[in-house]
Amino acid sequence: MSLPERFSRRGMLAMLGIVFNGAVGVILAVPIVKYLLSPVLRARTTGYDSWLSLGPLAQFPEGETRLAAYRNPVSEPSDGETAKIPCWVRHVSGERFQVFAINCAHLGCPVRWFPQSGLFMCPCHGGVYYEDGSRASGPPERGLFEYQYKVEQGNLHIKAGKVPTTGSPTARLINISLGKPPCA
Amino acid sequence: MRLISKVGDWFEARLQIGKPIRDTMQHPVPRQTASWAYVFGSAALTVFILQIVTGILLALLYVPSASEAWNSLQILNHQVALGWFVRALHGWGSNFMLAIVLIHMAQVFLFGAYKFPRELTWIVGVLLLLFTLGMAFTGQVLRFDQDAYWGLGIGASISSRIPVLGPWIVNLLLGGPIIAGATLSRFFALHVFVIPGLLIAFVGVHLLLVLKLGINEWPMPGRIVRRATYMKEYHELVHKDGIPFVPGAIVKDIFFSGFVLLAIAVCAVYFGPFGPSGQPDPTIIQTVPRPDYFFLWLYAVLSLLPPSMETPALLIGPVIVLGVLLALPFFSGEGEKSWKRRPIAVLTILLVAVALGTFTHLAGYAPWSPVMDAWSGDPIPAQYLRGRTALERQGALVFQAKQCHNCHALGGSGGDRGPKLDQVAVELTEDQLIRQVIQGGGNMPAYGKNLSPAETTALVAFLETLHPAALAPARDASRAAQ
Repeated sequence: MSLPERFSRRGMLAMLGIVFNGAVGVILAVPIVKYLLSPVLRARTTGYDSWLSLGPLAQFPEGETRLAAYRNPVSEPSDGETAKIPCWVRHVSGERFQVFAINCAHLGCPVRWFPQSGLFMCPCHGGVYYEDGSRASGPPERGLFEYQYKVEQGNLHIKAGKVPTTGSPTARLINISLGKPPCA
Repeated sequence: MRLISKVGDWFEARLQIGKPIRDTMQHPVPRQTASWAYVFGSAALTVFILQIVTGILLALLYVPSASEAWNSLQILNHQVALGWFVRALHGWGSNFMLAIVLIHMAQVFLFGAYKFPRELTWIVGVLLLLFTLGMAFTGQVLRFDQDAYWGLGIGASISSRIPVLGPWIVNLLLGGPIIAGATLSRFFALHVFVIPGLLIAFVGVHLLLVLKLGINEWPMPGRIVRRATYMKEYHELVHKDGIPFVPGAIVKDIFFSGFVLLAIAVCAVYFGPFGPSGQPDPTIIQTVPRPDYFFLWLYAVLSLLPPSMETPALLIGPVIVLGVLLALPFFSGEGEKSWKRRPIAVLTILLVAVALGTFTHLAGYAPWSPVMDAWSGDPIPAQYLRGRTALERQGALVFQAKQCHNCHALGGSGGDRGPKLDQVAVELTEDQLIRQVIQGGGNMPAYGKNLSPAETTALVAFLETLHPAALAPARDASRAAQ
């Protein structure tokens, strides 16, 4: 036998075996990667956001800002209390509302409303916002995140379902419309 | 005894590991490395083993479900016999492990141990530091209390700033659109399977490299590392002036590991377990989230960075730090090892230590955060109200009611977000005070919309009284004639 080992019958078979395993590996990898990416793929197919009711308008007196909570539309029984998401509802006047995410636009800590001074304050890094959600001071680079809302049959509805973060596309959209009344 | 040796022989005939173990234990090491400076690596390994053992013990009762995790920790703390102690051991073990790993890293850096031929040992060590930090963060998440919940929110906010991929990464990190059951499950998988697996594998490589390449010799000023000659010199040193690792060098390791375990146990008994703080119900917003000790410096940095620099610093900073650490043995692989001839190395360690220490200290009292309940919890000191007019006292009331106290300290109580106001009348004139209150500025919100003219008048009248008896309040020179 003068041929090199890899051209021998045994060498070829070993190569074939490796290629076969590689192919099986790819066949296995595709569903596994898809499984791992499911949080992302699910967002693209179904979308996480949906319209949710925050309750009757009577809960939100005109001129005041109240804490409301909703159950996240995508939730499992094992989520427990974490499926409950709070938000701040400001009843501007008539059917004009502003619904702010609880999360500070800096790094997401829960902002608290102080009606006496008309400010939202964040307990983490010191972000402060005015009553209309615009930035007053501190590290945030923008105002509070706002949910889209609509009033239907005497109930206030918002479009929600994702934790709002600075980098998300919705946050960027909201940023553009900030200051103007949302078109809902 | 004969039976024991017979059983031993039976196993040895099959396993044949007696000689390799003996050789490993008795491999010669430089005499001077039998030093208290060389005990931190073995101590880190000891604490790691403690973490594995206590971690398994906790996993017997911990429930990795968002609806149950917090309750299962309460049961561990209060109902299971000594459950609190195992939790405390694991929590304090985590703090000790990070501290020892950092000291170990500083020591091998100062001793030039990362230089040829131990570059890979250093690189694996840097990865081990990352995994240890990963364990600390994921462990904090498994405590699944309010701090964990909002800490995850901060992690998500930071990840979301990664260009293009940010929102996807947030979903992958959280396992869905919000922080919920899937989030805890994946952090459980990371903390219990993925990162410990990586740690065990890389600790194995780290130890193998130490054995293969020999422990770094005690650096002597003037003994220069050269790729061409180092191996020969090291072998000569070890054979001329070496001692067997066991029992020559291991004694101090054993004692130090014992001390560390004892210290962890003492801390666990004395201070008890960490948390859990409030239950992870996001609708309970009366919370002041704080990270665990070893991430406090990061919390301070995030508060103090100018907003425009924050995203670049968060996204590029870690890459630069990691890049420098990984590249270090390649651009400084030869030359002087002794810290006595490497002033920049010593200064670097000092700078990093002072910076981390300062940030951690600052984060301890977080002067950048408003004290959310100062307006209702910290009364105005009596000496600022005694003998004041009705208008001035009304101003003090406005000061409390409008939450000024959350950011401004009076008589040592209240927030540090804004300046202390005990002497504000000396610093600002009446007109300046009015302008500052109404228009804000310099990081203060404008209160113009939320103060009536009467309230502003009263508030400024009160602020005008805030000056030491010996110092007159500031006056506008142009009004002096009036």
